[in-house]
Amino acid sequence: MSTASPFIDRRTIIDWLGIAPFMIFALMFLIVPTLYLVTGAFFNAEGQFTFQNIADLFTPTILSAYWISIKVSLASSLGGALIGFALAWAIVLGGLPSWIRNGLLTFSGVASNFAGVPLAFAFIATLGRTGLVTVFLRDWFGFNLYSTGFNLLSFFGLTITYMFFQIPLMVLILTPALDGLKKEWREASEILGASTWQYWRMIGLPILWPSLLGTSLLLFANAFGAIATAYALTGASLNIVPILLYAQIRGDVLHNPNLGYALALGMIVITGLSNVLYIWLRMRAERWQK
Amino acid sequence: MKMSKFFAWLAIAVGVTYFFVPLLGTFEFSLRMRRGEYSLDAYGSVFSDVQFQQTFGFSMLMALFTIAFGMLLVVPTAYWVRLRLPQMRPFVEFVTLMPLVIPAIVIVFGYLRLYNSSSYIPFTGSTFGTNILLVMSYITLSLPYMYRSVDTAMRTIDVRTLTEAAEILGAKWPTILFKCIFPNVMSGVLSGAFITFAIVIGEFTMAALLNRPAFGPYLQLVGANKAYEPSALAIIAFAITWLSMGLIQLVSRFGKLTQSRP
Repeated sequence: MSTASPFIDRRTIIDWLGIAPFMIFALMFLIVPTLYLVTGAFFNAEGQFTFQNIADLFTPTILSAYWISIKVSLASSLGGALIGFALAWAIVLGGLPSWIRNGLLTFSGVASNFAGVPLAFAFIATLGRTGLVTVFLRDWFGFNLYSTGFNLLSFFGLTITYMFFQIPLMVLILTPALDGLKKEWREASEILGASTWQYWRMIGLPILWPSLLGTSLLLFANAFGAIATAYALTGASLNIVPILLYAQIRGDVLHNPNLGYALALGMIVITGLSNVLYIWLRMRAERWQK
Repeated sequence: MKMSKFFAWLAIAVGVTYFFVPLLGTFEFSLRMRRGEYSLDAYGSVFSDVQFQQTFGFSMLMALFTIAFGMLLVVPTAYWVRLRLPQMRPFVEFVTLMPLVIPAIVIVFGYLRLYNSSSYIPFTGSTFGTNILLVMSYITLSLPYMYRSVDTAMRTIDVRTLTEAAEILGAKWPTILFKCIFPNVMSGVLSGAFITFAIVIGEFTMAALLNRPAFGPYLQLVGANKAYEPSALAIIAFAITWLSMGLIQLVSRFGKLTQSRP
């Protein structure tokens, strides 16, 4: 009798109970906290619906924080993508001995997880005012790095530091994609008289571009949400969105709690958009890897 | 062909320079504590610091709880989705990837507002509650990695046949889960555990905003106040990351060996 309706079927209930712990966990610690901030962004302190918080994001301080964040993320993801692509190309198609390939892939696994506070320390010890490279350039070449306007605690310094985990991530994701370029395609194009340049322009890059662009977007989101490295490197002196949000959570520096929610919403929208695009491009890219 | 080989070596040379100079610089800096000569003084100073021992111990404990409870959540869910609810697979996978989309600082911001001491579930009202919240936040952060490594390991075993065989032999579900499924996906559980460990041990954002005395905030504090110890700590952190990744490779190699057995 009870099997007549699928909704009161005992087995169906047990089936759904099986993933209940996971659902409760996801709701409590992922979905509801996020939705709470997202909805909070559209209300004022008195609990009335408003777009004022979103409008308030377009003030000079907050806009410049978003702008620097976007610049750092964009520069480090493009730089990471370019160098990462060159390295992945070198180990897959460069005809190098296999120990280099294995070594680089192992190292990439480590370096892509080496982020946060220690990474900032490493770059301070290298490119800081008394760092190894700074001192080396000064003592051996009489070249004062800091007199050129270079500063580790700036847009450029943060970009070069972020690339330490961006490049390895690119290598790890792009190596399988380059492995998927079939030798036959290259041979066929050569038989038809194509030059190396023509092969890359008309075959290689069109196949690879979803992987390349998609991974760059992933790197972008990766850098955009990162805070520990930037905070340890610059303290609160560099005005980027995660640091501004950190200060807001700590001490309501914007003097409006709901504006903090709007700030968080802006971050979710930006990382969300780049991830959605990444997933879409990845699905396109996987067609060629089968 | 010769040309491309030259460029390949050039790319590798640039990469090696970029990656090794900071590591070398950090190592060299960490040895400079004693004036005029190289010494391991900075390391001695780090290891003898009581706060180092306390915060590192605290983060280790949090990592262990994260791994234990995370796996108790992830393995049964992955098993159940494969066995009974394959139609829910895309949804569950989507949820496990969400922590990569939503920045950690946003997630913890939500916790602080939702679970403050005047709310219905006042996690942050007590030290014990805050510790629970910290472990939950770490499970959330490592969910993408844990779920993927367990699910990959589960792909190589036939979940349905194993379950049916165990049921025919009269096993109840705890026996099936802990004596049958867990041991068979051990390689996935272990590699998920090591990557979780690498993420959790030096994590900064969650611990700092929840005000817990973890290793990440301690690192930041040392960085702001001392000269040579931060470099020594960076080298130690790099060694820990390297160790975790090395163990993952070892486990996956071991996993392949046992699977290829006839």
